[in-house]
Parts: sequence; structure tokens; C-alpha cells
Amino acid sequence: MFKRPHILVFLAPAVIVYTLVMILPLFGTLQLSLFRGEAFAGLDNFRTLFGDPRWSASFWNALGNNLWFFVVHMIVQNPIGIALAALLSSNRLRGAAFYRTAIFVPTVLSFVIVGFVWKLILSPIWGIAPGMLDAVGLKSLFQPWLGKEAYALTTLALISVWQFVGIPMMLIYAAMISIPEEVIEAAEMDGVTGWSQFWKVKLPLILPAIGIISILTFVGNFNAFDLIYVSQGALAGPNSATDILGTFMFRTFFGFQLQLGDPNMGATIASVMFAIILVGVSLYLFLVHRRLRRYQF
Amino acid sequence: MRARTFGAHVALIIYTLIALFPVWVIVINSFKNRQAIFREPLALPDKESFSLIGYQTVMQQGDFLLYFQNSLIVTVASLTCVLLFGAMAAFALSEYRFRGNTLMGLYLALGIMIPIRLGTVAILQGMVAAGLNNTLLALILVYTAQGLPLAIFILSEFMSGISSDLKSAGRMDGLSEYSIFFRLVLPLIRPALATVAVFTMIPIWNDLWFPLILSPAESVKTITLGTQVFLGQFVTNWNAVLAALTLAILPVLVLYLIFSRQLIRGITSGAVK
Repeated sequence: MFKRPHILVFLAPAVIVYTLVMILPLFGTLQLSLFRGEAFAGLDNFRTLFGDPRWSASFWNALGNNLWFFVVHMIVQNPIGIALAALLSSNRLRGAAFYRTAIFVPTVLSFVIVGFVWKLILSPIWGIAPGMLDAVGLKSLFQPWLGKEAYALTTLALISVWQFVGIPMMLIYAAMISIPEEVIEAAEMDGVTGWSQFWKVKLPLILPAIGIISILTFVGNFNAFDLIYVSQGALAGPNSATDILGTFMFRTFFGFQLQLGDPNMGATIASVMFAIILVGVSLYLFLVHRRLRRYQF
Repeated sequence: MRARTFGAHVALIIYTLIALFPVWVIVINSFKNRQAIFREPLALPDKESFSLIGYQTVMQQGDFLLYFQNSLIVTVASLTCVLLFGAMAAFALSEYRFRGNTLMGLYLALGIMIPIRLGTVAILQGMVAAGLNNTLLALILVYTAQGLPLAIFILSEFMSGISSDLKSAGRMDGLSEYSIFFRLVLPLIRPALATVAVFTMIPIWNDLWFPLILSPAESVKTITLGTQVFLGQFVTNWNAVLAALTLAILPVLVLYLIFSRQLIRGITSGAVK
């Protein structure tokens, strides 16, 4: 390597920036979680986080909420994404490019915009949502969804699905148009058409794409922060009903209102998030990814 | 058959309306006076209800132009670094066999799955120690590190597809390794660079977390953070809020419409692999 200095020159800028700004801080954060101020504290911070009732209540609440946030994404986002992709890829649909572009628009908007737009629309004061429900005679169904503990988290998860459904749609669409014509024709010759063709031929072929989408969603959800912060504030109201790990870490690290910022506990929560994401990604790589057959034609 | 495509169109049109409806509502109402916003939120502005008062308030109060400029600087600078450094590293990894090649590739790929946000506590401490907090440079460094792993991954896939004849011919003609990279390889991977650029740009432009933590000072606020703060202050001034939202939507929307073909092509070709 030293006989060929150009290799070093090509690699150096990327490796230096990546190591200094990403890898070292990641380890620095893990390290900070083992300290209390200047003093080494071992796993004390973790004991506090899981054991001290003042901390553990918030932590388990945030973790549970985070799980539900992810579950809603999985059960709503994937079926809608698959359905849209199936419609788009159905034989030579005119205007497919237009639909694709339009449905992807929310994905490129920032959380700040998305969170606020939905807050306005769902607001009982402005009343677009109640007004529209009224128009179809369902006004009695209206609730201040973002303001009620029972609904707020699910509502936010659905808003997030609305924003990001373009990504599964695109990935599954890409997988579907890459299914060779011969496979479809062979299925049709055997009399496998319509729905049974979808279930028996197409769905198994797009499973790898669904696997990738699921793990991307998992990482994104367990690292989420912006949408909740923007629409419900750092306290993730009402009454912490929408608090997830990202907002919990932000509050702990920076402090909020009467709570003082605590870098060590912030780092501890970040370490737990790191562990969760690591476990999720490893499970995916070793259990799911390896079992998915790669179809070669 | 025609009946089936008809059904597909109906379903897709309904979903398109769901996707675009919120944006539409915000934009039309930003051009109305206050009474009309509340009385008929779904109506188009007409001669009576048309008003630009919201935009006037935003222009007087918020420093939108400055925020916009900050976002532009951060995005363009980070993008340039990601593309240049990423392409260089991808070239080293795909072109040369050296000890630790695979290991280096794996090391750089770690960042695709592990979010940089988890290192925030130490990143902030490091930036403060280096005196970089409240600068645009801090953001540029973070976004460069964030964008590199995926860029290197995608670009090395493309580079390993370039035939080696061309490069051998270049070497025979006495070109240095640097000229081979800059003059032969870079022009060939332009489409891949465009795809990576779009993927890298959108999360940088939209990020709220790092501007909020690393650079919250007024003079270095990005448009995303600026909009967030503005919306917080003017919750009751609906004209101003709707105008601010429209102004914040506009730049991303324009960027997206310009690059949408590239983005869609990138996703579809990347996923097919």
C-alpha cells in the first residue's frame, strides 16, 4: 500500500472525515454512558435508566411507544406500498410516471412542514377535517386526534406513513418491473392469473424488497425524532403519550424546562438505541436476508 | 381489460389526491385573507378573498432569505464533499487490490445502517472543543460523514462495471492514476453521481436535528430550523404561518421536480440489482 501512495490519497479524505465525525463520536458516546461527570461509573447509568423509577417509567414508555410506532408502519405502510406498486406496474398503465412523481412528493418534504400541515388540518379550530367529515355526514366521528392520549401516537404514525409510503412503493415497483415477462407468461399458460398470480408468483419475488423496506423502516423509526418534536414539542404530549426514544434522548441530553441537561444519561439512552438498532440489523442480516432466496434468471 | 385499467386509474387518482391534498390546502390558503381562511378553507382565492398579507409579515419578520442561503451553502458544500471524497474512495476500493481492501469496504459500509444521530452527544462535545459549534462548517462535516457510506457503496458498484481496457490504455499512454480517475472514470459515472447527489441532498436539506443542536444561532440557521422557529412564534397568525409553510415547501418541491426523473431512475435501477 505504501508503494502505491495514490491509494492512500484516494482513500484518505473519506476515511478521515468518516472516522472523525461518525465512528469516533459513536464510540465516544458509548464511552460517555459509562461515566458520571468525570468519574468512571461502570454500568451505573444503565442501572439508573432501567431501575430508578423516575427514569425507568419514561424509558419503558418511550420504548413501548417506539415499538407501536414501528408496528403501525409495518402493518399500514407495506400493504399500501405493495398495492400502489402493483397498480403502477399493471400492464402499460398510462400516466404511471405522473402518479409515481405525485405520490412521492410528501417524501421529499421536511418533517417540519409535514408535522405542521397535519396539525393545522386536524386542528379543531381550523376545522378542515371536521368540515370534511361533516360534508359526508360523519362529523360525530371527529376527535382532536393529536390532542388525545389514546390516539395521538397512532395519528402521528399514520402521518409518517402518509409521508413515506413513496419509498416502499418505489422499491416494490422496481422489484415488480424486473420480474421477467416469461415468468408471468408461464404463469398465465398454467392458468394462474389475477389474484392468485399475485399471491403465488409476484409476492414471493418481491419478498427481498419487502425485507429491505422493513429493516430501513426499523432503523428510521427507532431513530425518529423530528415529526414528534415538531408537532408535539420536546415534551411529546399529551402527557408523554407520543414520547419515543429520540425525543426522550433529546430531552435528557439538553434538558427541557425544569429538567437539567445530562450528557451522560443522554449518551446512555443513545447507547441503548444503538444496541436496539444493532440487534435489529443483525437479526435481519443473519436470519432474514440469508434465507431469502435470490432469484436468478 | 379496459375495465381493469379504469379501476387502477381510479385508485391511483384517489391516492394521488390524498398525497397532494395537504400541500394544496396550505398553498391556496396562503393567498387568502384571514376571514376567508376560516370561512371557506377549501375554496380557491377569488377577487374578494385574495391577500398577500401573510407573505408581507414573513418577509418583514423572518430572515427567510438568509436561512435559504445558509441551507444552500450547507447542502452544496456537503454534496460536493460527499461526491468527490466518495468517488475517490470508491475508486480506490474497486480499482486496486491491496491488503485490507475488503475490511476497509466493510468499515465504510457500517454507516449505511447505523445512524450518525446516535453519536450526537460526542459530536457536540467535539465541535465545541474545536470551536466549530454555531458554524456552517460543523453541519457540512456532519453531513459529509453521513452521506459518504451510501455514496461509496453505490459508486463502487458502478465503478466495478467500467471496462478495464480504457484504463489500461490510459496507463499505456502514461497517464497518472489521478488523471485516470479525474479524466477517464469520473465522466463515465456521471449518471451514478447524479443519482447519489439526489439521495444525499434531500435528507441534508430537510434535517432539523443537527441544525437544532450544532448551529442554532440566528446567523447560521438553516431554512428547516428557521421555519420551525417561525411557526412556533406565530402560531396564532395564520396568514403568516401559511405563507411561511408555502415558502418552505417551494424550494424542495422545485428541486424534486427538476431531479425527480433521476431520483426515480436511481431507485428503480438500484433496487433491481
